[in-house]
Amino acid sequence: MGEPSPDLGDPLRIPLPRNGSVSGPDPTGPARGAQLPPGLPVGGPGEEDGEAAYVRPYTVTGGRTRPSGMTLPFEALVEGLAAPRPEHAPESRRILGLVTGQYLSVAELSAHLHLPVGVVRVLVGDLADEGAVRVHGLTTTASAPAPATTLSVLESVLNGISAL
Amino acid sequence: MAYPHSDVAPALPRARRDAESAAPAVAPTVVKIVVAGGFAVGKTTFIGSISDIEPLSTEAAMTEHSVGVDDAGAAADAKTLTTVAMDFGRISLPGNLWLYLFGTPGQDRFLFMWDDLVRGAVGAVVLVDTDRLDQCFPAVDYFETRRIPFVLAVNCFDGVARHTLDDVREALAVSSDVPMLYTDARSRAATKQALVTLVQHAMERLSGEPGPGAPGSPPG
Repeated sequence: MGEPSPDLGDPLRIPLPRNGSVSGPDPTGPARGAQLPPGLPVGGPGEEDGEAAYVRPYTVTGGRTRPSGMTLPFEALVEGLAAPRPEHAPESRRILGLVTGQYLSVAELSAHLHLPVGVVRVLVGDLADEGAVRVHGLTTTASAPAPATTLSVLESVLNGISAL
Repeated sequence: MAYPHSDVAPALPRARRDAESAAPAVAPTVVKIVVAGGFAVGKTTFIGSISDIEPLSTEAAMTEHSVGVDDAGAAADAKTLTTVAMDFGRISLPGNLWLYLFGTPGQDRFLFMWDDLVRGAVGAVVLVDTDRLDQCFPAVDYFETRRIPFVLAVNCFDGVARHTLDDVREALAVSSDVPMLYTDARSRAATKQALVTLVQHAMERLSGEPGPGAPGSPPG
């Protein structure tokens, strides 16, 4: 159950553009890591740990690993609109409790509840479907592009960080 | 987590959001920056040096690979948690803007999660540890291939730069238009500079200007 593995290729296998027509390095230059100057040793391989454990938290979603509608970004903000009700699952009640009076991202809910992001996505999706929460910052459209692709937003971010 | 937060200067102003305070009437505009780099290169420290909130850790889910989800934060599981957890922080900026900093899960086998993480991001700061240079290869490859704006921030763990940026650039074989700078993940000022450099780079890319590599200078 709950085999959520997305159908994504292994990015490591994607060949890098190295034909000189893109902004890659000089194609005649060294391959990455091929010629390290002294003092830049190449470390050992990454660690691999043991077998994966069974994920019990997905039992609270009835085994579903996807929200009913869209996939919620990690940074989507959840706004509470309704008080928790007895018929809500405990985890859903806790979500509603956390988002009362404040916006919290899917990632923050996941961290505070010690639940995987995937579980929070499903629960928040259900709560949104029933109108108990509103989700902000969902997938953008052509008429409303992602904030990070808007120069004026980036300018505000730049000024904001600079003033920190 | 591999890094205790005790090395984050306690004097940092931390604008804590009071749970009782009312949410602003208009939802904040959210932007995010991805912090990538090898295992234990200092991503969490980097995030913690500037985040308004103590860095949080979550399982970057969508995976059946899950260890210790019920006792996230247990010190005994530190290493396991680092490998499966995604650490992140948040900065409130004027104009009702929230900037999230997401650290990537450290190991190659979690690269598939990055697509989720990177979608809609301003870009990425790739932290480089020159003692373990190969650890950042997957991140560099990833962002380069997808043409996602990124900067290389060479982390000077003890405040000393052991290698010139040119040497590191050559060893990594990255193009000269990728900004490089020294950083110190513990330093708020240095982290700020890395983020500023990234946002400027992203703006240049967005405006179609050929971005000159921003010269870096040792922090502090």
